[in-house]
Amino acid sequence: MRIGAILRPALVLLLLALVLKPAWFTPVFAPLAPEGAPVIYARSSLLSLSLSHLGLVAAATTAATLVAVTLAILVTRQAGEAFRPLSRTITNLGQTFPPVAVLALAVPALGFGAGPTLVALFLYGLLPIFENAVTGFSTLPPTTMEAARGIGLNRWQRLVQVEVPLALPVMLTGIRLSVVISLGTATIGSTVAARTLGEVIIAGLLTSNTAYVVQGGLIVGLFAVLIYDALVQLEAHLVRRTGG
Amino acid sequence: MIEIDRITKTYDGVNVVDAVTMTAETGTITVIVGTSGSGKTTLLRMINRLEEPSSGEVRINGMSTRATKPHLLRRRIGYAIQGHGLFPHHTVARNIGAVPKLLNWPKDRIRTRVDELLALFSMDPAQFRDRLPAELSGGQQQRVGVARALASRPDLLLMDEPFGALDPIIRARAQDDLRRIQKALGSTIMLVTHDMEEAIRLGDRVAVMDSGRLVQHGTPAEIIARPATTFVADMVGDVERPLRLLSLIPLSEVVEDGPATGKALPVDASLRDALSSCLWTGRTAVPVERDGAVVGRVTLDAIRARAELRA
Repeated sequence: MRIGAILRPALVLLLLALVLKPAWFTPVFAPLAPEGAPVIYARSSLLSLSLSHLGLVAAATTAATLVAVTLAILVTRQAGEAFRPLSRTITNLGQTFPPVAVLALAVPALGFGAGPTLVALFLYGLLPIFENAVTGFSTLPPTTMEAARGIGLNRWQRLVQVEVPLALPVMLTGIRLSVVISLGTATIGSTVAARTLGEVIIAGLLTSNTAYVVQGGLIVGLFAVLIYDALVQLEAHLVRRTGG
Repeated sequence: MIEIDRITKTYDGVNVVDAVTMTAETGTITVIVGTSGSGKTTLLRMINRLEEPSSGEVRINGMSTRATKPHLLRRRIGYAIQGHGLFPHHTVARNIGAVPKLLNWPKDRIRTRVDELLALFSMDPAQFRDRLPAELSGGQQQRVGVARALASRPDLLLMDEPFGALDPIIRARAQDDLRRIQKALGSTIMLVTHDMEEAIRLGDRVAVMDSGRLVQHGTPAEIIARPATTFVADMVGDVERPLRLLSLIPLSEVVEDGPATGKALPVDASLRDALSSCLWTGRTAVPVERDGAVVGRVTLDAIRARAELRA
């Protein structure tokens, strides 16, 4: 907790500086850049790349959450139980496909840009959210569920007032995993012209400019660490609230 | 009045509950007692349709339970279970107010009712209202569970082993509380237990179940004095019978004039308490007091006479 209290704001400040004032870091990255090459990526603003990167991840994760949680709710009802193995296979398939392959396959259909990346991130994000949501919904305290039925909540009220809130911490764990995977995976979206921080890394790789690679990698890494941490805090808060 | 009319539940060709017919009067506690697998819980769960009966019918105040949708029916029937089943993410007040909220009571009426019930269960509303269930002791959680079941003034309160998870001292207190509150509110209660002691302590009527059948239904005294089958006799316990019988009789029934020495017992104590007190202190009579004033005595001979009476 102590270390977190110092480290967290320090990392946030570092990230803000890297995104908003990249020029400050010229002396740090200079030794990594080849002779005469630019040290700091300047072809487009890092802020707009970051926002677009986060936007893609947010959109894909939101869609994956909606689909995966809906599916999890359906297969944890008595009537939908038979579909659980099938849903599991489908979501597993999403994870088995390498994102690069999905990108390659989606480009002919969706064209270059954000589309194929969204599809790849969406498919890749389904599995952890689905698995965790199924676990969350099938490990609810039985006496609480029995009481919810016994005092007269109908199916919908039980779902909204009891099941979802109680399964939320476990679901959030899945969402957190999915977000962190997506933050990293989104970088390869730049190979099909999606605007992400991958652009910086790929530019570095193409021109053998390690300074670019480190710069892009560092920003993506810091985003991942800080978002992961924020979601862990949120989960802990929810668990405390439910007395878990 | 609750009428259970030839109700049967069949699972895989086996009658778990077999044509049980029974009537419970308004304002009384009926305790259904039996061993595990006797069908007592299934019987209880068929009353609020958590289980649908295979045949037969339950009527509450003359109206069939099949006339209403199950979840609407359940809002009129209180339900308290072993391990309380409180919503862990809701405060005590929200837990207790759950059914009134389902019935669309106005907010301030719910708040008044919650405070009233907390006070009734000897829990300071200001202190407990906003706590989460995890912040309460086991006994307090159980009380909140029963308070939730009573919140909407239901026609009937169903309780499934409500005190099963409590330690003996807290359980005895919870039983006394239930008795007191039931008297105060005039509630109709059906309670399931495997504990004959609890049945005799709480029940106005005791219904004994064995392998799905109702084998005896009567007052605790009848069950003890004239068990209908060997199973009932086993449940009551031969050695315990006279003591159980004495535990049902208050001192006020046999108090007589005359001298006695030593520590006095209140008139609402049972003959079992008096017998115990006699044996322990070597007396042949104990003084009886009402509101601190001695009103007479109970003698060992009088106790013996009552114990022998129905043997």
